[in-house]
Amino acid sequence: MSDARERILARLRLVPGAAPPAGTVPPAAPEATIPPTERVAQFRACLEAVRAQVHVAPVADPAPLLRRLVAERGIRRLLYGADGPLAPVLRAAFAGVDGTVLVPYDASIESWKEDLFYGIDAAVTSSLGGIAETGSVILWPDAAEPRLMSLVPPIHFVVVAAGQIHATLDEAMRVQRWAERMPTNALLISGPSKSADIEQTIAYGVHGPKELVVIVTA
Amino acid sequence: MASRSDFGRRVELALGSTAKRANIARAMYGLQHKRLAAFPDRAALESLRDAGEAIKRRALARLPELLEQLEASCRRNGIEVHWAETVEDANRIVLTILRGQGARSLIKGKSMVSEEMELNRALEHEGIEALESDLGEFIIQLAGEGPSHIIAPAVHKSRHEVSALFGRMFPDLPRREDIEGLCATAREILRRKFFAADAGLSGANFLVAETGTIVLVENEGNGRLCTTAPGVHIAVTGIEKLVERMADIPPLLKLLTRSATGQPITTYVNFISGPRKTAEKDGPREVHLVLLDNGRSRMYEDPELRDSLRCIRCGACMNHCPVYVRLGGHAYGTVYPGPIGTVLEPQRTGLDRLGELTEASTLCGACGEVCPVRIPLPKLINRLRFDAVRTDGGPTSGSGRRRTGREALIWQVWARVHRSPRVYRLWLALATRLRRLAPRRIAGWSDARELPRPAARSLHALARERGFCDE
Repeated sequence: MSDARERILARLRLVPGAAPPAGTVPPAAPEATIPPTERVAQFRACLEAVRAQVHVAPVADPAPLLRRLVAERGIRRLLYGADGPLAPVLRAAFAGVDGTVLVPYDASIESWKEDLFYGIDAAVTSSLGGIAETGSVILWPDAAEPRLMSLVPPIHFVVVAAGQIHATLDEAMRVQRWAERMPTNALLISGPSKSADIEQTIAYGVHGPKELVVIVTA
Repeated sequence: MASRSDFGRRVELALGSTAKRANIARAMYGLQHKRLAAFPDRAALESLRDAGEAIKRRALARLPELLEQLEASCRRNGIEVHWAETVEDANRIVLTILRGQGARSLIKGKSMVSEEMELNRALEHEGIEALESDLGEFIIQLAGEGPSHIIAPAVHKSRHEVSALFGRMFPDLPRREDIEGLCATAREILRRKFFAADAGLSGANFLVAETGTIVLVENEGNGRLCTTAPGVHIAVTGIEKLVERMADIPPLLKLLTRSATGQPITTYVNFISGPRKTAEKDGPREVHLVLLDNGRSRMYEDPELRDSLRCIRCGACMNHCPVYVRLGGHAYGTVYPGPIGTVLEPQRTGLDRLGELTEASTLCGACGEVCPVRIPLPKLINRLRFDAVRTDGGPTSGSGRRRTGREALIWQVWARVHRSPRVYRLWLALATRLRRLAPRRIAGWSDARELPRPAARSLHALARERGFCDE
């Protein structure tokens, strides 16, 4: 197919006047400005508007809140990243808790796909922060907290540090230097899975998680 | 009048489908309001549109070199890039990848380019099951129909029709009439398919040359499942989806989701920059990107028609088009309906076959006003009308093929009359004095309209009488 490549590029290169207009700087898109003190509130309002649940913890430790939320939902098998940043906190939080077992995502998907699809009640992940303007959680899934954690189980708990909530996506990309170091997969998650494909009426929990529970820590 | 064309017959059929029309119109008015509410500040919207237009213009101006940069970035990331001149080439590439994997089934996220390729049919012909997983696409695939809207493919169906369809196709499952219940049914059926599928396919909303990233926007999670759960991910898209830098994404994303459905953002925005790395535990082991030309490089040649390549496929032009809102997408008989379809499809297929679409427009301008990247759609529709009747050839295939001697003669006479003040005055005098001789019926035109009758006195005469000067 390299012939196709050459022919397509040759046709495009032939076009007169399509050369780069040197030195043209596009107008900058208007940026929303949200003061740091209002970011958590805006983040929360946007997420709640699409039926995500947001809990703001007064402390840096998400454990007490998470333990309560997990117990309220009667979650028996909770998936977590054994090498993820939350691992020590989670192991301590659920040690000796009756009824909830922490399941580590510690093997490649092929070896336990069925259990992941049909045997896990919920997953808990960390995040790289959030975006106030749109109520989005930023995730860069990796070896420690793989991609399917935030997608396959019916409930997704995610921990967001209040200090890492940026005003806009543009700001988050700049501060986190996305362009220089894109991971295999980067994600913005803004609510539980939904669809409006039938009669333009929103229904939640179509293919992804039915519940998104966001825990904002101080 | 000549016998009805295929388009004419489809229009008649669409106009007669009252229930379907009501479903579409209700949805479109809803989307118009949602878009309006998503852009409360007019000035901010206009500067955002300026930015969107500039980003796409800049990317198109450097298209060949950016495509090469994209290819190099993707390679570095481990994404294999394929080039396809035609839909046949693209289908063959997908088939070869699937065969190489021994794949028997393909689960698909929403992709209009795969509709353009008629991929499902091509694969089924080769014994590979291609299953749509977007709820709307799943519904129309079950019904054996094509999408009637690029964003909301099943918008013409009511919940009751969907319920009856599910009941017919899955008689063992409990029958649900409510929308949440119908979604739950689809979730259950498709979960098993996601679990078992050998390969996944998606489109792409944006490609970032700088980083070699495929950006996918969706609400359901099916797009993420298609691109994460199976062992292979194939993305098919047009060469025009390219942007230069990651920093170009935020404004375009904002324009796309707000223009399309009035959402500040979709539930998921997925940035894919490579297959599973060594230590990673999930994600596809192979990622392929198929870049489709299929006439796009020809559109690129014409400085005016090139504007159509800025399209980010938000669907706002159809949501606001008085013709689309009354007909729905099926009447167009094309992959892309509405104003953008009216511009793209005749360029893709030829003005001889689809030039008639350009006449199904009042040139009211709504599409151009809402387009997030300022594609001058009314101007392009007009331009294609001109191409369809021009005698000096044109860049689009089938140029000049809609020219008829009678129409050409009428316009020549019209032009002659208006070029000379003397002839014009004579014509005016005749038209007012002999107005009773004006025809009462003109085939086609007067079927559904009253013909205007010339007035007893011309506007010129009336104005002169009131003291307005001619000069």
